[in-house]
Amino acid sequence: MFKFTEEQLMIRDMVREFTANEVELRDRDMDENGFDFDLIPKLVDAGLMAIHLPEQYGGGGGDTITSEIVINEIAKGSASIALFLDAHWLAADMILYHGTDEQKAKYLPLVAEGKVFAFGLTESNAGSDAGAIKSVAEKQPDGSYILNGGKAWITNSGIADYYLIMAKTDPEAGNKGISVFVVPKDAEGLTVGKFEKKMGMRGTGTCELSFDNIHIPAEDRVGPEGRGFMIAMQALDGARVSIGAIANGLMQHAMDKAVKYAKERTTFGKPIYKYQAVGFKFADMAAKIRATDLMIWDTCQMKDEGKRISVEAAELKLLSSRWACEVCDDCIQIHGGNGYSREFDVERFYRDAKLLEIGEGTSEILRMVISGAVIGR
Amino acid sequence: MKILVYVKQVPDTDDVKLDPKTGNIMREGVASKLNPLDANAVEAAIRLKEKYGAQVCAISMGPPQAEDVLKKALALGCDEAYLLSDRAFGGADTLATSYTLAMAARKIGDYDLLLFGRHAVDGDTAQTGPATAAQLGIPQITLASSIDVQDGYVICDRVLETCTQKVRARLPALVTVTGEINTPRYPKPINIMKALKKPRFVWNAEDLGADKTQTGIPGSPSSTKEVLEPPKRNADTKYFSGSTEEIAAQLADMLHDEHLI
Amino acid sequence: MAKEDYKGIWVFAEQQNGVLNPAVLEILAKALELKAHTGEELTAVLLGDGVSSLAETLFAYGADSVILAEDRALASYSARPYEAALTQLAEKYKPSIILYAATSLGRDLAPRMMVSLKTGLTADAIDLGFDRDEVFYQTTPAYGGSILAHIVILEARPQMATVRPMMFEPIEPRTGAAGKLIAETVDVSADPDYEVLETAPKQDTGDAIEGAQVIIAGGRGIKDQADLEPLKELASLLDGKLAASRPLVDNGWLPHEKQIGQSGTTVKPKFIFNIAISGSVQYQVGMQNAGCVISVNHTKGAPIFDISHYGVVGDYKTVIPALVAEIKNRKV
Repeated sequence: MFKFTEEQLMIRDMVREFTANEVELRDRDMDENGFDFDLIPKLVDAGLMAIHLPEQYGGGGGDTITSEIVINEIAKGSASIALFLDAHWLAADMILYHGTDEQKAKYLPLVAEGKVFAFGLTESNAGSDAGAIKSVAEKQPDGSYILNGGKAWITNSGIADYYLIMAKTDPEAGNKGISVFVVPKDAEGLTVGKFEKKMGMRGTGTCELSFDNIHIPAEDRVGPEGRGFMIAMQALDGARVSIGAIANGLMQHAMDKAVKYAKERTTFGKPIYKYQAVGFKFADMAAKIRATDLMIWDTCQMKDEGKRISVEAAELKLLSSRWACEVCDDCIQIHGGNGYSREFDVERFYRDAKLLEIGEGTSEILRMVISGAVIGR
Repeated sequence: MKILVYVKQVPDTDDVKLDPKTGNIMREGVASKLNPLDANAVEAAIRLKEKYGAQVCAISMGPPQAEDVLKKALALGCDEAYLLSDRAFGGADTLATSYTLAMAARKIGDYDLLLFGRHAVDGDTAQTGPATAAQLGIPQITLASSIDVQDGYVICDRVLETCTQKVRARLPALVTVTGEINTPRYPKPINIMKALKKPRFVWNAEDLGADKTQTGIPGSPSSTKEVLEPPKRNADTKYFSGSTEEIAAQLADMLHDEHLI
Repeated sequence: MAKEDYKGIWVFAEQQNGVLNPAVLEILAKALELKAHTGEELTAVLLGDGVSSLAETLFAYGADSVILAEDRALASYSARPYEAALTQLAEKYKPSIILYAATSLGRDLAPRMMVSLKTGLTADAIDLGFDRDEVFYQTTPAYGGSILAHIVILEARPQMATVRPMMFEPIEPRTGAAGKLIAETVDVSADPDYEVLETAPKQDTGDAIEGAQVIIAGGRGIKDQADLEPLKELASLLDGKLAASRPLVDNGWLPHEKQIGQSGTTVKPKFIFNIAISGSVQYQVGMQNAGCVISVNHTKGAPIFDISHYGVVGDYKTVIPALVAEIKNRKV
């Protein structure tokens, strides 16, 4: 039976306290006004910006379980801030796992110090079908590259200091023609568009990026030429576990609010939690929360053991994201008319939850991954 | 410089239940935490350590579970931890507590500075700090809202009822800090992981060489004789009701009748 | 020496710069009640330098005698010389009870006296008396303030307590009352290890709650800092001061000086509004002597209503803005 270590429990308590004091109160405001930059120094001081990076780069030296504890606890206060961290780590992971020693020494300390990183794969006409991206990095005689094209729906765009951009270095070679590059926010030729008007997760930045003849030195290519798709997919496996941890935290957050409301709100002379119609909803929620809990920590443990987790991460994300939508829906229903109001937080949670079925691999793509594994077995 | 910082585990709630027979707190099922002002004392110690270099020892008297707050103190940056735990220490009033805490300071030895939170949120006597200073015969600075160490002196600002003071005391000295002195940091996860590898000691009465007639209940001149419900004072409350506007109008009428507006 | 051989009730006559702390007169009034019970002499102990004229005041407010110890080392308060002086006097006279005001000075000195006299010290008593067993007790709120405790010091002597200011009314001064003035010499020297480098009067920010006539206090039920705005507006309309119970100070919304209650300030305004404050004992001891108590709370059973003259069971978020609007309307 899986058990947290004493250190992990202490870290959980610390992040819980941090979330209660620093995170939860910002979530509603960020829904209205976008990302709150004041958070970054607080996350840096608390040692949470790069908990999973090795200590030599200023990281926290944490394993996957510890990292996902952080995401999960923060999501209990703000799904947006958890998603911000997830995207930051997703980009950093590509350098951690595939960068050269020089690249690690140059960029990883920045990850810990509060520079924000973003992962840039999706384009307006290529999301799930990543091989169809149109951005091109053309190799120059001196070994450097010229990048043209653009990206869309990149989490942390507009607030990031560095982008990890996937672009074709061999446009004829499909998935095998993609490479990864580091593009700083002030690169000449990079245009960051306006923030998208999103349904939910409005505390994270999402903009269009366009690349106009951006010059990229050879040393800013991460990993071998042509291996970008593989690198991205591996990083996404980890990020899908994070989405599971966010879904679980969001469900817990929503249920806590609904339980409190159900105890305070009375109809026909008694608090509404006493009605089975309400009580049974909590039963379903609790079961979903516990099931995802077990899947999260089991998948983390597999990753820490060095196992491939593509299928398990896909299963976790598929179920947890759907359940998050269902739980938030039920929580609105319990709140009745108040649930439809922005005064009460659950409608925001519902909007946040929907992103979890779309971002970092839609449920449909996940089903392709899982079913492929089932039929192939 | 060697700094001893004293920390206490307190219930993590204001809604404490009492055993109606003994008057003691019912701790079962109640989460506990580091006394908030002790977190300020730890932070003050760590900042002095960062500024001048110091060995910081965290000390707590309590049952075995009180190790949790010592682990937190270690995660925040203290170097070693001492738990004073013995059935003979149980039920201590502030005199017996200060005796035990002073014995620990003597056993650790070579201390320069002792730091306490101004008071604990559960007992709220604010006596243990000054009493420990008296036990050791050293000067004290209570209610410190700032702290620095220079040339063998500890220098603090104090905020009193009608004035503020800047005072200094020659080391070794004891300081009790207020919440205004700093904002405690969060323990970084990496330091949490390292904390559990730092030295921790558990000392009982024998280890301290303590005289058991001066610890715990035998060493406590004061005791709780009885606990009682606060007397209900019915002020014959006049309630206002109706719509919000009606209530506001009645309140305003009342304030008018009372010559406030 | 048997505990029965300790006789007399002492009040430590805290003074600074030749001015008695007003709490001393309050404690003398309470000590007179104790004296009425035991018949023991009531003595004020006055330490300082050039402060003998204060003895007259102490007689007028109830002291039978004043022990006066003057020394240059006692001119301004410092813990160890005061501890030494008072210990010498207590060991000589062996009083049965010593009471201190629970001021920053009293709370600095009394714990040291507890150690030097090896006796008990009750912190921050809100009442004192003798119970059915003729045992001297000190009352303090305990654990979260839902309960009161009677603390006793059964065997050790003297029995000591710090006593919370503003709990008792001083007696009407007895003009021309005379008493026994006992000048004592104590063996003390200035503390070479402790020095006050600077003293500055506290900056008057104009919103101190001590001495305020009208107070608007907010409590735990206020969940959003922005919801304090209507309270501030009400305070400015009524020429009052904003204050809080502990939760709002603990979460950093208001400074500690704004806190009413056991671990904060005791206030005695003509009017106090308790907004979303349930009314723990620890809060009540900080404001129970207010003239007119008006409370708004959404829970009908909240203990604050037990001590309120006027109550509104409802949501402060709507009631207070409505009251602000109503008052503005009437002022036009």
